[in-house]
Amino acid sequence: MDDLLQEFIAETRETLEALAGEIVAWEADPNDRARLDAIFRFVHTVKGSCGFLDLPRLGRLSHAAEDVLAAVRDGQRIPDLSLVNAVLAIVDRIGEVVEAIDGGTALDDSADDLLIAALSPDAAPAGQVSQGSAPRAASRSVRLSVDLLDRMMSGMSDLVLARNELARRLRDGMADPSVEASLDRLSLTLAEMRDTVTRTRMQKIEALFSAMPRLVRDTATELGKQVHLAIDGADVELDREMIELMRDPLVHIIRNAVDHGIEAPDRRRALNKPAAGRLAISARQSGNQILVEIADDGAGIDLARLLAKAAAQKLHDPAELARMSEAERLDLVFHPGLSSRDSVNAVSGRGVGMDVVRNNIEQIGGRIALRNRPGEGLTIAIHVPLTLSIISTIVVGVGDQRFAVARQSIDEIVRTSGAGIRIDRVGDAALATVRDRRLPLVALGQLLGLTDAPPQVLAIVATRDGDYALGLDAVLDTEELVVKPAAPAVMATGVYAGQTLPDSGLPMLLLDGSGIAAVAGLRFAAPAVGDEEQAGAVDAGVPALLFDDLDGQRRAVALAAIDRVEQVRHEAVRRTGGQLRLSCGETIVPLHAVAPVEDCDGITVLRLTDGAAELAYAVVEPIDIVTLPTRLAPPAAPGLIAGVAMLGGEQVEVIDPYQLFATLAAPATAARPLCLLQGDAGGWMDTFLRPAIEASGYACVSRLAPGESAAVALAMEGAGDPDPAAVGAPVVRLRTQPAARGPADDSVYRYDRVALIAAMNACGVAQ
Amino acid sequence: MTELFLIARVAGRTVAIPTQQVGSVVDLGEVIAVPLTERAVRGLTALRSRVVTVIDTHLALGLPAEPGPIEAGRRAVITRIDGHDYAVLVDALEDVAPFERLPLSLGLALDGGWRAAAAGLVERDGEPMLVLDLSVLVPQPLAA
Repeated sequence: MDDLLQEFIAETRETLEALAGEIVAWEADPNDRARLDAIFRFVHTVKGSCGFLDLPRLGRLSHAAEDVLAAVRDGQRIPDLSLVNAVLAIVDRIGEVVEAIDGGTALDDSADDLLIAALSPDAAPAGQVSQGSAPRAASRSVRLSVDLLDRMMSGMSDLVLARNELARRLRDGMADPSVEASLDRLSLTLAEMRDTVTRTRMQKIEALFSAMPRLVRDTATELGKQVHLAIDGADVELDREMIELMRDPLVHIIRNAVDHGIEAPDRRRALNKPAAGRLAISARQSGNQILVEIADDGAGIDLARLLAKAAAQKLHDPAELARMSEAERLDLVFHPGLSSRDSVNAVSGRGVGMDVVRNNIEQIGGRIALRNRPGEGLTIAIHVPLTLSIISTIVVGVGDQRFAVARQSIDEIVRTSGAGIRIDRVGDAALATVRDRRLPLVALGQLLGLTDAPPQVLAIVATRDGDYALGLDAVLDTEELVVKPAAPAVMATGVYAGQTLPDSGLPMLLLDGSGIAAVAGLRFAAPAVGDEEQAGAVDAGVPALLFDDLDGQRRAVALAAIDRVEQVRHEAVRRTGGQLRLSCGETIVPLHAVAPVEDCDGITVLRLTDGAAELAYAVVEPIDIVTLPTRLAPPAAPGLIAGVAMLGGEQVEVIDPYQLFATLAAPATAARPLCLLQGDAGGWMDTFLRPAIEASGYACVSRLAPGESAAVALAMEGAGDPDPAAVGAPVVRLRTQPAARGPADDSVYRYDRVALIAAMNACGVAQ
Repeated sequence: MTELFLIARVAGRTVAIPTQQVGSVVDLGEVIAVPLTERAVRGLTALRSRVVTVIDTHLALGLPAEPGPIEAGRRAVITRIDGHDYAVLVDALEDVAPFERLPLSLGLALDGGWRAAAAGLVERDGEPMLVLDLSVLVPQPLAA
């Protein structure tokens, strides 16, 4: 708490100095709104800080001044000379009290009431009540300009580079051992120095978060509410300057959340929420940004009331307000002088908070986003840049280049030659299997166009959407690096999070794990497979035959689909009628082969049957009967492969017999019932409908040849009303809208394939 | 009114670069490539403790790329644009001298890259030279 008090004193002192000019200007022109706002913000900030620092006296003074200033802002009071004087006297007194706190001296508070009384409209002009400032105490801390720190940092880097250069020269020139010893001492001192200098800039965000539990507790107690606070990510490191600048916004946001967001316990119970509200503060590094999130489960922002207030204060005209999108409406929260809350109390203010919050955040190059869930809570996300943050990185090699990857984004690093590691080409994508986990593989060398050599090392990169394996040539080192944003043209590639200058003196780029996934086109929308639960499900799976296919892949097909396995002579296989066929005795069976079979001597075929049709599948040799897991990794595109299964640590493609029979053993067209496509003016039926209908066993014609009769006819809604008698077949009408026009409407939505086929089949049966 | 210009040779032409744009003139060290970025960005190099982005002037002007890699000791002009340091490659540096900037009004038919980067003319002993605006040479992504 001492630290906080010191901060508060230093800050107030500083603001007061900056404010001195504003005060004089306001005195000269009391109608100057900008000056008024500046003074208002000052007393508001002091009031806020006093609340959790437990400084009731300052709190009382600042609250009184704030009330008056708010009245001026709202136009209820005219800033006449006596009012300005009274406010200025309070501001002076705040300064005196702060000095007294710092110096540990007592300051008589009898005059405070006089000062506050002087604020009232009918007060007589107050006399000079200042008692002269207390002697300033010597401060234990100094405030440094960030520029100076920056220069110190870059000087430090230069020093390290010079040391490295010197060391290289000495190594080449066979130096005297005593010179080397001196160099070692220099290096040691340098390393320590660098640590210290680095620490002057960096601070764990804990420094910011540590005050929050007390703040939340005090605020909640004051308001008679119960709040559970959860803090996460306190060890994220942030620029000291950022922490300074985020302190006020964070305090405001949290006070707002407790005061405006979280409801009173009775109300929460009535709403079926737990009596104690939840407030979660978290920090994490995300790409080249630090993300601080404050989420509550309170009432959220009442947009309707916000709009009403904006209209009442004439910030926008009603038509403009009506046109606004939800996001723009939410944005009104940041308008100076607007608050969705009607009453005013000591805790949070009159809308002064959020505009100040946004100002401060934008000052440090950050942005603030609101996610409002009316009735369920509000999440405020603050993104601040990583600039000058120190990141612990892993240095990796690809081709002859080096890159840095943030260590916290990497789960694990494995060698591709290690046990339990496999890399397969599945379709045109690469899949890595790390023990029992399947991950999409991105070969960095290929992505960046540096090398085509197969990766030697896999880094498992965790992104917010999912994990993937990043293929690398080598992992070289770990290093703590100061990362800065790179030039816009470099950042625009999307794969870099920044640039850095390591001790080697050669620039290096920091890779952005999520960016690489995006550039490589990885999509993690499908639920990840390969969880532990899969192992338990194996026993319940389908028995299947494992075999080596002609192209060397190991595949499996469900045992139930296999009639028998037999050896056939090479001459029995012929390409006839556009496909491979196997002659067996008197019959011909379609043969599927994934690679040419001509070179083989005797051929092993799997004879598959679906009970009626038969077909053959050429293989190299059957291996084993296995049990397929129930969950398969889906293929990239539907086709002959139903999915990829994990069998004995290997990836095995599972053949889809359904697809095999659908493509190879389809019944001849002649035997199919005819479907007449009526009135297909735009060709939609022929283009869209025909393949779907033919796949369901119909043959489609748009005109009946003499002597032909259709089993069913399809007609588009509005394309005339064909008479079933004239067509000679029942007619199924298609409508373009998903919804039926009424209970009498027996038409079928044209894209409802299932209903359409069912209707067609029903007609066929009726006939 | 005369301004100071740095006279350099770029892509076989003599050009004048306004000295307000020039931070310093350096001999480049090793350049590290930046995969996937625009072609005009040749890579990154270290300048004391700063990282600078190396711009290939030929490509930035829409001319064919310079043959071969960038040799160490290659001269470049350092310029700071939007808070980032860039090293713009030049073939040779000749002089710094004050000139009067003349408008580009002679109906010169300049080609794409040159036209965009030209910010006037200066005349040295009767020899006209284009004034090169370095900020135009630095590629800026549209979405930035």
